[in-house]
Amino acid sequence: MKLHELTIEEAHRRLKQKEISSFELTRAVLDRINAVEDSVDAFLTVSENTALEQARAADEKIARGHCESLAGIPLAVKDVICTRGVETTCASKILENFIPPYSATVIQKLQRRGAVILGKTNMDEFAMGSSTENSGFKNTRNPWDLARVPGGSSGGSAAAVAADMCLGALGSDTGGSIRQPASYCSTVGLKPTYGRVSRFGLVAFASSLDQIGPLSKNVTDCAVMLNAVAGYDPADSTSVPEDMHDYTAGLQKGLKGVRVGIPMEYSATEGMDPEVAAAVDNAVKVIEDMGAEKIEVSLPHTEYAVAAYYVIAPSEASSNLARYDGVKYGVREADQNELIQMYRRTRSRGFGPEVQRRIIIGTYCLSAGYYDAYYGKASQVRTLIMQDFRKAFETCDVVACPVAPTPAFKIGEKVDDPLTMYLSDIFTLSANLAGIPGMSVPCGFSKQGLPIGLQLLGKHFNEEMLLKVAYNFEQTTDFHKKKPGL
Amino acid sequence: MKITKEEVLYVARLARLDLDADSIDKFAGQIDEILGYIEKLNQVDTEGIKPTSHAISLTNAFRDDEPRQHLDRERVLANAPESEEGSFVVPKVVG
Repeated sequence: MKLHELTIEEAHRRLKQKEISSFELTRAVLDRINAVEDSVDAFLTVSENTALEQARAADEKIARGHCESLAGIPLAVKDVICTRGVETTCASKILENFIPPYSATVIQKLQRRGAVILGKTNMDEFAMGSSTENSGFKNTRNPWDLARVPGGSSGGSAAAVAADMCLGALGSDTGGSIRQPASYCSTVGLKPTYGRVSRFGLVAFASSLDQIGPLSKNVTDCAVMLNAVAGYDPADSTSVPEDMHDYTAGLQKGLKGVRVGIPMEYSATEGMDPEVAAAVDNAVKVIEDMGAEKIEVSLPHTEYAVAAYYVIAPSEASSNLARYDGVKYGVREADQNELIQMYRRTRSRGFGPEVQRRIIIGTYCLSAGYYDAYYGKASQVRTLIMQDFRKAFETCDVVACPVAPTPAFKIGEKVDDPLTMYLSDIFTLSANLAGIPGMSVPCGFSKQGLPIGLQLLGKHFNEEMLLKVAYNFEQTTDFHKKKPGL
Repeated sequence: MKITKEEVLYVARLARLDLDADSIDKFAGQIDEILGYIEKLNQVDTEGIKPTSHAISLTNAFRDDEPRQHLDRERVLANAPESEEGSFVVPKVVG
């Protein structure tokens, strides 16, 4: 096996045994990036020199006997997470020249553990989108079919993991932005419970929904990465002081007695691809064969999740993105010497169309006379969606369903039809509204060879259950071992 | 029709956006369609249901009121489009 193809788990074993050095490993992954980046376009910034310096430092640490699970492991980071001294653009022209003066908590945690940061991955501008086509800089292509999108908004991270351009990556998920690209690219992806991972240094899109999480080549790596980034952070006032776990500890426990809930409403979803439905059904059978019990559950308000989400997320975004005013950071349209004109020109030239659309929708939903009808109503529906899950989890331990109704679509196919694009988020949005953890695991391929993901949803702070079910499933299947033919 | 072109322009002004003629035509139709879809929420009976603004409710995350290290001024101003004498420079606000 080539070095860049290693999982975190295997690379860690070899680093610890001194069979390889982090420098060799990092060099091999950088060579891989150089070889396939022209086809995939997963990265916005590759920090080759600092990555190699970090690798050398990791090697010194390892030589002294400190080989923590991520020491010397080359990882990629979505460009929405602040990295001190390295451009962080959110794939937006308005932040084209922004170099953060500090690092996000998750980055500090990775670096303390000796991880090597390779660079920053492409995404939909400010994480708004489901295809990475809303990047202000370039399209990322799906390694399984270069004519198709990698999903989004963490499309660069998913494509980089799938194409072995890193051993694992961080993404962020506001409405499915880790899980959907993970499913489109056949990687594992986990959105932790809201509050589980610090958002300090994550550029805000919708603060009550955003959460950072890992994308990885297998479930064990996902647990290792979650171990590294999870935990209470006093710098994030929404970080939850819950006990930390070793997420790798329970993976091998069996599935006997685990109750898997199948939402009865989901099979009737419009636009559901029969191949996706069949792959998910089959995955549930595999899980049942391992001793789990299948139970029908009802999530009646899922139908309204898209509508509620596309009020709440744009409302929060319109407020969060008010900070881009051409004064404190980013780009300013300098030809204006009147303040309001300067704001307007800067923002209109700096933000792409999807971001402007959402700012307008959000501003409208929050404006005088409309607040109760839109934001107020959506927040009440959010309560009902949460209650649905609470009720479902009285009878089941984990909910299993598709991640997205179809496999990856073609680049350009939906770009002028935002509502159709929004509707494809139907299965992922409700987890963010409810704050529960959700995960995507490779569970098959379409006849055309496009990846399909199984989504697992769990109770608040029960990532262990998702990881255990996913791990057991992975042990009896080999979808995760397949590689795209780049 | 949920929203007119004039309303889109008005809201864009509130949001400090400056739409050109092409964008207004395109946006007004798309936003109207999205708001039309959002009307779906009215099918749900929410009488007496409390709104949720955060899924995990925490009240008051306090910390000790002690001075801590903070970013130094130069590093913060380094990202400003224009700065002078330790301050951000903006276009003239008052006449």
